[in-house]
Order: sequence, then structure tokens, then C-alpha cells
Amino acid sequence: MKYDIQKVKKVLGKDKQFIHGDTALCYGALLAGCNFYGGYPITPASEVFEMMSKLMPKLGGVCIQMEDEIASIASIIGASWTGAKSFTATSGPGFSLMQENFGFACITETPVVIANVQRSGPSTGQPTLGAQGDMMQVRYGSHGDFEIIALAPNTIQETMEFTIKAFNLAEEYRVPVFIMIDGDIGHMREMVTIPQEVELFERKKPKVSPDKYIPFGPGRYGKKKVPEFGVFGTGYHTYVTGLTHNEQGFPATDDQEEHDRLVKRICEKITDDREKLTDIEERNMEDAEVALVSYGMASRSSLGALNMARERGERVGYFRLKNIWPFPEKAIEELSTRVDKIVVVEMNLGQIYHKVKEFADCEVVLSSKIGGEPHSPKEILAEVK
Amino acid sequence: MADTMETGMIGGKKIQKKYLREKMMPHIFCNGCGLGNVLDYVLWAIEKEELDMDKTVFLSGIGCSSRIPGYIHADALHTTHGRALGFATGVKMANPDLNVIVFSGDGDCIGIGGNHFIHAARRNINITVIAVNNYIYGMTGGQVAPTTPEGHFGTTAPYGNIESPFDMSQMAIAAGATYVARWPVHRPNQPINSIREGLRNNGFSFIEMMSPCTTAYGRRNRYKDIKDLWDFYINNTILKEDYEMIMKFGSEEERDATKDKIIIGELHKASKKPLEDKYREMVKELME
Repeated sequence: MKYDIQKVKKVLGKDKQFIHGDTALCYGALLAGCNFYGGYPITPASEVFEMMSKLMPKLGGVCIQMEDEIASIASIIGASWTGAKSFTATSGPGFSLMQENFGFACITETPVVIANVQRSGPSTGQPTLGAQGDMMQVRYGSHGDFEIIALAPNTIQETMEFTIKAFNLAEEYRVPVFIMIDGDIGHMREMVTIPQEVELFERKKPKVSPDKYIPFGPGRYGKKKVPEFGVFGTGYHTYVTGLTHNEQGFPATDDQEEHDRLVKRICEKITDDREKLTDIEERNMEDAEVALVSYGMASRSSLGALNMARERGERVGYFRLKNIWPFPEKAIEELSTRVDKIVVVEMNLGQIYHKVKEFADCEVVLSSKIGGEPHSPKEILAEVK
Repeated sequence: MADTMETGMIGGKKIQKKYLREKMMPHIFCNGCGLGNVLDYVLWAIEKEELDMDKTVFLSGIGCSSRIPGYIHADALHTTHGRALGFATGVKMANPDLNVIVFSGDGDCIGIGGNHFIHAARRNINITVIAVNNYIYGMTGGQVAPTTPEGHFGTTAPYGNIESPFDMSQMAIAAGATYVARWPVHRPNQPINSIREGLRNNGFSFIEMMSPCTTAYGRRNRYKDIKDLWDFYINNTILKEDYEMIMKFGSEEERDATKDKIIIGELHKASKKPLEDKYREMVKELME
């Protein structure tokens, strides 16, 4: 299918729409040129799949229901190797099932985008309610050392825009990129404006002849640590394996140096750009003594708490992480020199809180809420004192 | 007969040069392993069918047989254990113009990958699966597989296997595959022809190759030598046509001597539109 934004916009309908987060994920993906969706139903992410089933065939792309989440992530990795921009959405239990293949996508440097519409766990937990319990799992859930990119939008408009961004980052860095929303944002409706134009990044392809192509070596035309992508079916004969491999892609399972080189490169291609990938929204931080550090749904409650505190004349500021991984280490370090105290607001029992503590040189406390209800502003302000 | 001659040493050189990655040699397979035969038969089928290797993708999971695509000069995805068919579905659906061939083992295909296997067959997606059945988990050292015959020994069944084995080919037929064949590796011609049939079939094709593993299976089960396993195939398999004849017209003694033999040959053929064709038709209609 040839990407044409006018065709996509025609299929999406009116420029202004009152839609929920799951639909925004679908719209963002299609606007980014997504042409393959492999899904499996799960609350509260099923609506992404349902919308894709409706819209994707109209654009000539593929939307397929797989037998489980292990297969849905497998199918999108397979599709990506044919050059497709591929996508899936899931929630906690499905996300757990996908972990092994996330690692496969990391070591084989396969661009894929995954949305996690988080719900309360552990296990089946509270399927219909929002939570932020998978923030560590997305980073550390698969075995071994690797780096991924994870974004955390907090409005429906942003969910759509971050999905477009996620596709661009996946293409640029050849890495799985995650959009971490939750059941509340997934099912919440807001007005969105569909963009007139979208800037897209396409993965770099080899320009050399197949005999000179080094599929897992340094990049020649783009980023130094991101090799060019030899699309299946174009004559490059790429051997793609989840085993530790050398630059040619061949197994090097008992070679310490090759393993060291490979794993460090796939990590550094992300961490080298940590600053560039850092994305922060600040409000009332100029004179703030206490910073509310939050992301996703919890940042909406934090905004309420900020307004309440400012009305009372308290010097509270709002510091929202729009990207979670790679973790904005310097931004937190720097923040801690500006305030006396950081309150990390999360819908879990403390996950990103620990990362903040690791890099902050000031008092850090946790405002935690679980059970499927967002924080009330008062609950957050109780930790500010 | 001419084919048999060619698949030997003389013709083999031609095939090796044309299709194998020299840089990957030597291979990891043990002496007496049947995987070399299987690879040879697949390459001969590819040669005869004149497949474009620039448009052919090999996929595999984890296990000895899943290492085969590494030796073939083509695009290949060596995936996670049991999941090759999930990846293959993505490849074929995203680009139906590619020929998709999957190598799997018995543990990979019907053990950990059983769910993907039955659903790929149900969808009748146009891919060809070469399932190498050595009745054991070979690469991990000889643990019993879902295919290990009852009473046989493995490192995780030191007192004998008490579970009933799976018949992969029957499972493929039941799930909806449109071409199913089973052959032991000691016969070169018939498997090559079946693989060719599988490549030609516009749907899910499943070729089960009975293949010896003396290292992990044979030596714990009275088949210490490669010859013992080849003899087992010769003495304990029967062509589907012969089996049906004997069961229909044979004496009670003949039937008794036949009923427990492993049925080999072309086991199933059907005609059904594959998933990717149906999808393309739907898209065409919606886009008009």
C-alpha cells in the first residue's frame, strides 16, 4: 500500500472528532503510515483492534487477529521484516505474554510499535480500570540487557501525536517503541484535531550491493549505531537470529567480544540520545519549592493538585515526563537542584519513584494510588506538606 | 531413479554451491543426524520448482532443525521457540508475493508451538512447513517430546515415557492443512516430490520428516547406531495405499502385523482458498 495522507484522512473522517484514547492510537498509527496490525482482544485495548479491523482494509493494509498475544507480537515483527510499519496494542496479561518476543525485536533491531493500555494487575486484576503498573516491566520485563523507548501521553490529542512519533522513533532507531497509556485514557473521550500534514521518518535501507551489505554492523547513512535495514524480498539475504550474532548476522554464541559489542551497541544507540529523547512539560516551576513529578493519567490528577496548591498560595510546580524510557536522568538531576522536594505521583506502588530517587539529590516521596481510581488532588497534596 | 542419483554426491555439489552459505560451515549437526538429508531434499525441491531465492523467506523456531535456515543463502528469520508460524504469518500476510518456508522440530512445532501450528493450519495460509520429527528434544540433550513413543526413554523419562504421543500430521489434517505428507529420511525421492507438491499447493502445506537422532534419542532407546534407526523406519513404516489395502483386504494376521505401523506417504490433499487471497479480495472490494 502506498502511503497517502489524504487517503488516510479521508478514511478517518472529520478533522475534529470526539474520540477516546484507543481510537487515537489507531488514528495515530494510520497517520504514521502503519500498514500491518496483528492483534488479540483484551480489555481495555480491544477498541484499538476493532477500529483497525474497520479502517485498515480500506487503506489496503493488513489487520489480522492472531491466536494469542505471543503470536500477535510475532506477526508484527515478521511483517516489519518485509518493510511494513507494524503495530499492536494490548494490556497487562497480553503484555506479559509478549515479553520474550520484545527481547527478540530488540536483539534483531526490528522496528515495531506497541501500545500498552495498562490495567491493574497482578494477573487478571481489574481489567476495566486504569493503572500504571507496567512501567518497569516495559523496560526490564524481557530477559537480558537491552534498551527500548517508551512514551507516556496524557491527553487524547497527545496519544494520537505520540503514536505518530513512536513510529518515527521505531524507524529511526530500529527498536520497539511503546506507548504507555492506561484504561482511563484509553476509554476517555476528548476533542482531537487531525493534523493536515505529518512528518514521517523511514528506516534507512542499504544502498550497497548485497555482497557488501553488513546487516548488523555500523550504520553508513544515518545513525552510526543503527545499521541499514535489508528488507526481505529485496535480494539482501539477511539472516536474522535471536542468537548473539556477529555483524554479518551469523551466530556467535560463544564469543564474549561479539556479544559485548552487539549488546552494547543496541543499548548505546538509545542511551547516546538520552538527552535528545527527553521530553518534559513544566508548569509553575519558576518559583516552585516542591515539584510534582508525574506522567500519563497520574499527571492529570497532578494538574488538579497543582491548581489547588497555587490557589492556596503554595509554591508547588508541575513536572511531567512525556517520555519515560530512556529515563530522563539529567532532567531529574537538574530538577532536584531547583526544588527542596519531589513528589512522584503514580498509579502503582512506586515504580518510576525509584528511578527518580536514583537521580534526584533532594527529598523524594511517593504519592501512590492503586485500585483503579485516579488520585484526588487532595491525596497528592497530602504528600506535599 | 535419475533423481536419486543426482541427490547423491555428484548433484549435491551443484546444490551446495548454489544454495548454501559457505561462511556458515561447518554445520552444527551430529554424525548420523537426518537434518542434512532434510536440507538436501528441500533444496532439491526448490531447485526443481525454480523458486526465486530473492523472493523466498525461511523461518524457524528453536532446536536443531531450526538452525537449518542459517545455512541457506536467503532471507531468514530464526525466531523464538515455537513461534515461527506467528512470525511467518506476519511475513506472508504483509507480502504475499514471498515464498515462505518454515523449518520446525517436533518439540518446537507441536510442543511449545502447538497453538500457532493449529491456527496457521486452520487459516490455510500459503506457507510450507517442514517439520522434522526426531521424537525427542535433541538440542537440549534428550528430554522426552510430545512425540516420544510411550515406553521410550529420555533424560526426563528415565523410567520410560508414560504419556501418549502426538501424531503431528494427523493434527495438521484435523486443523485444516491442505497438503500433508510424512516421509522418513531414508527415502530421498518421495520427500522431494512431496516438498515440491507442498511448495506448489496454494495453502498450508505440512511435510513431516521422520529423522534420526542417534545422539539424544537413539542411544537411550536401543538405536545406538544410525543403521538401527534407518532399519526402524524401513521395518515400521507403511505406505498409506498399502496400509489401506491390507486393512481392507488383508488376512487377520496381515492386519495385526500392520495396524501399529507408522503410515507414510501423501496423507492429505484438499483445495481451499488461502487466507491471504481471501484478504486481498476483501481489500480490493473495500477499496473500489
